[in-house]
Amino acid sequence: MCGHCGCGDKSGATILNLQTGKEAAMGGHSHDHDGAHAEGASHGRDHGHQHQNGHSHAHAHAVSHSHGPAHHHDHFHEHVHADGTRHRHDHSHDDAHHDHSHGHPAATADGVVELETRILAKNDALAAKNRSWFSGREILALNLVSSPGSGKTTLLERTIGDLKAELKLYVIEGDQATANDGERIRAAGAPAVQVNTGTGCHLEADMVARGLAELKPAVGSLVMIENVGNLVCPAMFDLGERAKVVILSVTEGEDKPLKYPHMFRAAEIMILNKIDLLPYVDFDVSRALANAREVNPDIRVFQVSARSGAGLEDWYRWLRGEISKCHEAAFA
Amino acid sequence: MHELGIARNIVAIVGDAAQGRRVRRVTLDVGELSGVMTEAILFCFAAAAEGTVLQGARLEIRQIEGRARCDDCGADFVTDTLFTPCGCGSRRCRRLQGEELNIKSMELETEIA
Repeated sequence: MCGHCGCGDKSGATILNLQTGKEAAMGGHSHDHDGAHAEGASHGRDHGHQHQNGHSHAHAHAVSHSHGPAHHHDHFHEHVHADGTRHRHDHSHDDAHHDHSHGHPAATADGVVELETRILAKNDALAAKNRSWFSGREILALNLVSSPGSGKTTLLERTIGDLKAELKLYVIEGDQATANDGERIRAAGAPAVQVNTGTGCHLEADMVARGLAELKPAVGSLVMIENVGNLVCPAMFDLGERAKVVILSVTEGEDKPLKYPHMFRAAEIMILNKIDLLPYVDFDVSRALANAREVNPDIRVFQVSARSGAGLEDWYRWLRGEISKCHEAAFA
Repeated sequence: MHELGIARNIVAIVGDAAQGRRVRRVTLDVGELSGVMTEAILFCFAAAAEGTVLQGARLEIRQIEGRARCDDCGADFVTDTLFTPCGCGSRRCRRLQGEELNIKSMELETEIA
């Protein structure tokens, strides 16, 4: 399932464990996914999963189904229902083809085979597995998205520094290249893995699964997934997170929510960063907030400066609240 | 921007389901609010299909218009953006359709190749 956005396949993607220095290619098996279901999608699956053995039966399903799209679909639905987490995709195409998935799909006399499959079904199924893995371990996972340079990494560094005494925080860093951000996170005091997507411009659910295998986040922890800086493609790819957090900085335009409505609509939280620079830029906060709410009336906004620390307490309070909900949900 | 990848996914999923048989036609449902341009998928599909059982297959795309229902007044309306407000002024609307990105069916070559 490589390169959905036309930005190349995963052959160049790598994962670096910054604790051990171990680097692994995402390529190899898992990158066969793309063209190669015919040759055995289950190889890639095995690969993506070995690390998560025993965490959830979801994985057992995953390894066994290599036959047809209808099958993936089937699993996807099961998982979403099982873990009960919110998932905004609309599955109105609920199919009636679950029973097709073995042997040749049934074709009518004129050779037409109904498939009824979401084009991104494979990523969605893997994301659902990540989601149940997180929920079983009471882990809060957030997917941080923004343009390049909005301050995602700085926000993480600050959050790690301020919260590391009270909670366990782990980071999966996504960038096309370099381990610079991963190193910054590690220096700030959190275990991190760096996923380099090569030519890819967003993280996908299988990359996150591989990252988790390296990170082994503790029960009850907070996992921050810093996506590749891009406001387009990451909106389409569910990683299994509890919520997407979009970061907009005051050095950007107030109209970004209108220009990238998919992302701002997919996000539950918007962090308006670099507010310490407001005296020096022509950024109209109220217009930016109005634009964000036009696209997403329910979006919750925190106005912060990751550099000065202004406003961060609200963000931390929200994080603590969500972590408590993860614990409570485990016993609900 | 993501259309080449979308096209690759289509080729992978359909190629998998076809299990070696040649595919003559693929039908998609693409919502007008899905964030994907149909022209770009069509453009990329031929390239993605090359060298596979989908090579030369026709791609038919059924576009699905955006429809939403207002949470406040209950009206159903056609919308061409993700955030068009209802005629009553409310922005609390849920989309009923228009975000689809689905493979509906494939047509296989019936004679033995």
